[in-house]
Amino acid sequence: MAQVIAATVLPDEAAPPADTADDTLGPYVCRESDGTAAIHLMVENMHCGGCVQRIESSLQAMPGMIEARANLSARRLRLRWREDALQPAGLVARLNEIGYRAIPFDPDALRDLRAEEERMLLRCLAVAGFAAGNVMLLSVSVWAGAFADMGPATRDFLHWISALIALPAIAWAGRPFYGSAAAALKARTLNMDVPIALAVVLTAAMSLWETARGGPHAYFDAGITLLFFLLIGRYLDSRARSRARSAAERLSVLNAAAARVIGANGERMVPARLLRPGMVVAVAPGERIPADGRIETGTSEIDTSLITGETMPHPAHPGADVYAGTINLSGALTVTVSAADEDTVLAEIVRLMEAAEARRSRYVRLADRAAGLYAPVVHLAALVTFLGWAAVGGMAWQPALMIAVSVLIITCPCALGLAVPAVQVVASGRLLRGGILVKRADALERLATVDTVAFDKTGTLTLGRPRLANTGAVDDAALSLAARLAAASRHPLCRALVEAAGGAAAMAGVHETPGCGLMARIDGDGETRLGSRAWCGIEEDDGTGTGPELWLARPGVPPVRFAFADTLRADAAETVAALRRQGLAVILLSGDREAAVRAVAEELGIDDWHAACRPQDKVARLEALAAAGRKVLMAGDGLNDAPALAAACVSISPADAADVSRTAADLVFQGEKLGAVVEALSCACAGRRLILQNFALAVGYNLVAVPLAAAGLVTPLIAAAAMSGSSIAVTLNALRLRLARGAIAP
Amino acid sequence: MTVLVWLIPAALFLGSIGLAAFLWALRSGQFEDLDGAAERILYDDDPPGKEDKAR
Repeated sequence: MAQVIAATVLPDEAAPPADTADDTLGPYVCRESDGTAAIHLMVENMHCGGCVQRIESSLQAMPGMIEARANLSARRLRLRWREDALQPAGLVARLNEIGYRAIPFDPDALRDLRAEEERMLLRCLAVAGFAAGNVMLLSVSVWAGAFADMGPATRDFLHWISALIALPAIAWAGRPFYGSAAAALKARTLNMDVPIALAVVLTAAMSLWETARGGPHAYFDAGITLLFFLLIGRYLDSRARSRARSAAERLSVLNAAAARVIGANGERMVPARLLRPGMVVAVAPGERIPADGRIETGTSEIDTSLITGETMPHPAHPGADVYAGTINLSGALTVTVSAADEDTVLAEIVRLMEAAEARRSRYVRLADRAAGLYAPVVHLAALVTFLGWAAVGGMAWQPALMIAVSVLIITCPCALGLAVPAVQVVASGRLLRGGILVKRADALERLATVDTVAFDKTGTLTLGRPRLANTGAVDDAALSLAARLAAASRHPLCRALVEAAGGAAAMAGVHETPGCGLMARIDGDGETRLGSRAWCGIEEDDGTGTGPELWLARPGVPPVRFAFADTLRADAAETVAALRRQGLAVILLSGDREAAVRAVAEELGIDDWHAACRPQDKVARLEALAAAGRKVLMAGDGLNDAPALAAACVSISPADAADVSRTAADLVFQGEKLGAVVEALSCACAGRRLILQNFALAVGYNLVAVPLAAAGLVTPLIAAAAMSGSSIAVTLNALRLRLARGAIAP
Repeated sequence: MTVLVWLIPAALFLGSIGLAAFLWALRSGQFEDLDGAAERILYDDDPPGKEDKAR
């Protein structure tokens, strides 16, 4: 599971971070005995060949650098340098200078068994391809010889050479199928690999026997070609999975937060996962709190929207408990990390999530369902053919078995084994280019069955960031003055103000009082203040104060109020309308207060909305829908959505969601466009249509081919042609998804 | 038809050279960054010191 991946990204946690200047990098640097050191970095915004060249050449130019090699596919960078000449911190600083953000990681923790398995598949594929090509070359000679005057001696000679190539190749390259088939038989079930393994092995054995007695028909070419095609499918499948996995790993490395720990000799940066109870961390305004803990010093406001979905900030003072993932809004805090005990919000959420996941019905993939029908039918057809010829037709058992084997060969499961992975690779590749990561292999299939979409409000339908709401009520002069003050602060409301003013240069001499506001003297004109109601000396009056706000107070001018609201994503209304047009029901499940949820629901035209939902309420709602036979897509980002994401039929979350939620979600989309949900849905539906079409093609092909094979009319030439033809047909059909219109721009 | 005795081993030998080359390329990590490799051919001036980093 992805949770495991997130945990394995960092190096051995028992090793304490070295207490040096660059101790964020320290644990990742691997030192060699010859005085060189190496580090692996993940470079977030390396997109093109130009980036690779810029990064490599500017790092190569540093004295002492031995090797700088970027991997564009995985967005990774490997550096090796002489330790006496360079400091690792300098390397990251150089990357920052040219505009790239680099994060260290431990390559051994990311390398897993699957990568080895993928290489094995590729080796098998190469051997099978080599053998198939050469055997086919010999087979073409034999087929041509049947029309010319090739003597039986030459034909047997060519058959023996074919056997010499095909038999070792079948034995070696078929291992992925034999292993899986044996495991299935041991568990007393049938999977797709059982008929495949049986067909390949029987073909090889019967062809060898035919060759040994000097018969005219050997099927070595059909056996090895079948293996080759199916290995392509197997490889594509594994490649799609590994691509999704590396995308998920990249996300978890990039989002791993660093914390500033206050120690005996000043502050040092430590990865958030290495925090231990009792450590004291400093959290500046605007930063995310790295761990659960208790406030030691400082007063501030905390944005808990990621945990509860609520947009109004909560006041925080010494002694209060704070949770990882919440954002410190106004004042600097120091927080003592508390033990991760069973009572934390996170532990409760994880318990709910596990319970929801356990209750969810298991999805059986289309290919597996089809294989469940396919395997018995094929075996039965072959058996009936054998018995029919041997017992009823009075044929000797050897030729009867030969015909039965030709039935097994001709019912090539390429629509299952090759076309389904091909559709999946193309679909997930298309979504990846649009910034949508498919994290689970069967997520797209489940997505195609969806009939209801449930949205969370804060951070999903909305951006989860404050925006200036009353632009019309504020005059431009006040806005630009306020923005120049605000540019001096990192407070989220101040940033929103600067953004609303279209950018502003910070004014000199601005003084910030944490938790209150900003103050500056302009031209000896008295104090100009920007901040809370109390800071600006305005009496409380009711009616206006319903959301986050800032006031601007100038001497001799009435104060100006700036109201902020969490605005909807730009295409939220469009997305909801598009989902409706596709006949999907849209519901809104939010943890926020009723007034805020009603406003959003009315703006988007969602009738079915629920406010003040606790995480267990959301799960209960989804399970009620599932019990009514609805397939629900849950879109959410907060920690409070994580159990619902796990409970839903399929789930999607934005890339900036809480770690737990992103891990629970089946798909993750990057960027601010909610339209990703529509794109993912339409791509999934197109993929499902193609898979079903391929099944129809395969059924049609088998309806024609199987009676011919059972009648004993299929010669090796016909078997090879029919099998290759059907494989190519289904694969080409799968690749049509690439041509589909509506592919989103990168 | 005696020519087959020479021709078939010759064909197999040539094919196996291709197979060996592919397996070697796989082992030496040339399939690890297909996107990057496609771009690298376009760099016109290799920075000095790049020659010594055989993989």
